[in-house]
Amino acid sequence: MLSPLTLTVNGTRRDVMLDDPRVTLLDLLRERLALPGTKKGCDRGQCGACTVLVDGRRINSCLVLAITLDGAEVTTIEGLADGDALHPVQAAFIEHDGFQCGYCTPGQIMSAVGLIAEGQAGDDPDRIREGMSGNLCRCAAYHGITQAVLDATRRMDADSKRTAA
Amino acid sequence: MSDTLVQPTRFGSNSGQPITRRDGIAKVTGAATFAADNHPDGVLHAVFVPATIARGRVTHLDIAAAKAHPGVVEVIHPGNCPKLAGDPESKNFMFAFRFDALQNSNVRYANQPVALVLAETIEAATAGAALLAPQYEAEPARVGLDGGVPYPIEIGAFGSPVQVVHGDIAAGHYAATKTVDVIYETPEQYHNAMETHAVVAHWDGDHLTLDMPNQAIVMSCAAYGFYFGIPAENVLIRSPYLGGGFGSKAFVNGPQVLAILAARMVGRPVKMMLRRDQMFGPTGHRGATRQRLRIGIDDAGSLTVLDHEAMATTSTFDDFIEGAANASHGIYAAPAIRSTHQGVRVDIGTPGPMRGPGEASGSAALECAMDEMAEQVGLDPLEFRLRNYAETEPGTGKPYSSKALRECYAQGAARFGWAGRPLAARQMRDDNGLLVGWGMGTALFPSPMFAAKARAVLRADGTGLVETAAADMGQGAWTVLAQIAADSLGLPLDRLEFRAGSSDLPDGGVAGGSGHTATAGGALHTAGQDAIRRLTALAVADPASPLFGAGNAGVFARDGMLHVPGDEGRSEGYVDIIARAGGAAIIGTGSAGRSAEDGERHAMYSHGAVFAEVKIDPDLYQMRVTRLVGAFAAGRIINPRLTESQLMGGMIWGISFALHEEARFDKRTGRIMNGDFAGYHIPVNADVTGLEVITVHEDDPHVNALGIKGVGEIGITGTVGAIGNAIWHATGSRVRRFPIRIEDLLALA
Repeated sequence: MLSPLTLTVNGTRRDVMLDDPRVTLLDLLRERLALPGTKKGCDRGQCGACTVLVDGRRINSCLVLAITLDGAEVTTIEGLADGDALHPVQAAFIEHDGFQCGYCTPGQIMSAVGLIAEGQAGDDPDRIREGMSGNLCRCAAYHGITQAVLDATRRMDADSKRTAA
Repeated sequence: MSDTLVQPTRFGSNSGQPITRRDGIAKVTGAATFAADNHPDGVLHAVFVPATIARGRVTHLDIAAAKAHPGVVEVIHPGNCPKLAGDPESKNFMFAFRFDALQNSNVRYANQPVALVLAETIEAATAGAALLAPQYEAEPARVGLDGGVPYPIEIGAFGSPVQVVHGDIAAGHYAATKTVDVIYETPEQYHNAMETHAVVAHWDGDHLTLDMPNQAIVMSCAAYGFYFGIPAENVLIRSPYLGGGFGSKAFVNGPQVLAILAARMVGRPVKMMLRRDQMFGPTGHRGATRQRLRIGIDDAGSLTVLDHEAMATTSTFDDFIEGAANASHGIYAAPAIRSTHQGVRVDIGTPGPMRGPGEASGSAALECAMDEMAEQVGLDPLEFRLRNYAETEPGTGKPYSSKALRECYAQGAARFGWAGRPLAARQMRDDNGLLVGWGMGTALFPSPMFAAKARAVLRADGTGLVETAAADMGQGAWTVLAQIAADSLGLPLDRLEFRAGSSDLPDGGVAGGSGHTATAGGALHTAGQDAIRRLTALAVADPASPLFGAGNAGVFARDGMLHVPGDEGRSEGYVDIIARAGGAAIIGTGSAGRSAEDGERHAMYSHGAVFAEVKIDPDLYQMRVTRLVGAFAAGRIINPRLTESQLMGGMIWGISFALHEEARFDKRTGRIMNGDFAGYHIPVNADVTGLEVITVHEDDPHVNALGIKGVGEIGITGTVGAIGNAIWHATGSRVRRFPIRIEDLLALA
């Protein structure tokens, strides 16, 4: 049975004819939409490597069946930068060395973007650590990740104040 | 520590600069291509069926049910699996481990592959694998240090001796006026790189292309060539990025071999990515250890003996014994030192090297036992270690190539605020009434070199190209090796093209053992020097060059030009020299390794001191590491930013060892009960606060031409003991089993 599905992925409308209801959003992105930037680390919602934004919220894409997302707006790591201009969170991750092997990094960055949008951590390092604790990093680049999120939060806050003024 | 240093680029000294990762943009935009991100046309997905028993044989698989599932293309099982050309039971090359690839129906450990399903989609392959529903004839599983069969081993880890004795052990015990005799235990631990073992295999006749994360790229080609009966040069391994390795991705394993076999069998490319739970079995781990430490001191608090016996688990069919007792060599000045190892055979996959192999487990036990000794005589733990400071390598008497450990102790202690620490336990509380404890440990890791080759090219346009099959698993090889190479060619980084991560390049050696930067970097350095030497020969022999007649020794390379020292007017750009010589690129080659003679002359280690603070709830005994300061001396630091990250990562592995990681076995079935990230705990971001790294300056003229030691593994040593000691200091309870758990403290309270 084929199920038609329409998604907006990174700003582009994608019409998908899904031939299997078991396909997760993660596998849809990686294996069928040629967007392998989102990573699989556990496939059961325990590591956060597959974090993407769906309608602005961060989720584990391995835990969502693609078929349930008709009409949804999905943002992945590939859709974060504006051309060659990195998103402030991406730039901060490089600057603060918030990764080593880079495998959990797409998930960390998407989670950080989600966390900042939620506005629940502000510039409190402890709350950032807590809010980023769904994203495992075996290289243990946690110090740099926290610094990067802190830095990006402040920069984005300053930018939005400048825009408002 | 985390302040960003912005320094101007100084030509000719790219090394030492805290530049950001050269692969940074690729990694933050999702453009870095890891193995399973490849999707060749016609690719099939493979999923293996893991054994749910630990010993016995498979008696039935419902192959018809699996094959009937839409999308399933093939089921591979012992009944139809092609024989490998090279016997996986043979061990006829270096670092060969026995593995299971459906060559028979036997099961030797849980999660061993017992069948493989190929399908058009991951979903179909996963469903097909579930439908196989294997049935078994199971035999009782033997797991755990007490459940297995102890046996005397013939050879230690990496070919090290089973037993090493320096001095008179009996005399050392006899001379002791105070002794400690304790037993520490460490559990089985699993590497769990975030990227599971993956492979995309593609055959073209008898040529094999593999996209896979690999820590030993060129060496592995020979291994795959052996198993598949093709010449090593027919194997191309592409491993531009590894999603972590930690020792687990340097060896051939059964699942990856099966995927390659499957691709050959069906004549289509095959992709396999292990599930997280499948990582607990066929891809290596750190064996469990039981270590007995007997330490003796005299009335002056000087060691008379350091006697370290270790027993470690290995599989029933291969030998890899965690060399835990080796950690007692090279560290403290005892006149008598003994390390000895023994094995225990259990029904699990074969262990292998895992970050800090031997040293991590051994240091955990040794550093805690040292504190037990200090505690018994009322000495400050740091003072006790300083009293037993080794000025030369204990036992051998060899001088250290360099050793700034005293400075590590001093700087670490000062930053931490160690002075004034109460000697007795349970003396400190914070404002919230939490118990506070401080502990420390010495960090030590050898500075080996392996063998590597490299090529360096100076092109007619004045840019450089360097090549070596080095592997970047996160340690920063793409960046630090390029820094070294740029210096060797006298070029700024932006005029250098750096190629690595593929087996068609010169052999970059193994990314492991904390020796990759020294080894691959050494090869790049000599290759660059060779290219510059050839360029210089052209210039000084050319009457049209301002360098004519300067002689090879009188010229140096910087910023794309050759200069005569002290004579500003005498210099010439690479572009002009090469153009006049006909425009052909200048090619240099290089290699690196350590001569046996150099290895005999000096003892070579990275050193460090780690200080830990823990806070513990006095009623519930919840434990938090609230501060961790590590001071390390590791020779020349090529990139301070990346080095700090490596050392921090190692220290967090220390937190993990001390408080989190442990595979727990169901004794009835031999299966691991916590084989996923919900049950197998590693630190999360909230577990890491107050982390500080100090790198202590150290010039080492002996370790290698570049003065490089290693920083990949030392961070875990020292840290585990420091945390264990801090927990004792907070509570007065000495737990001799890792990880230290709430229930351990409750039981002792």
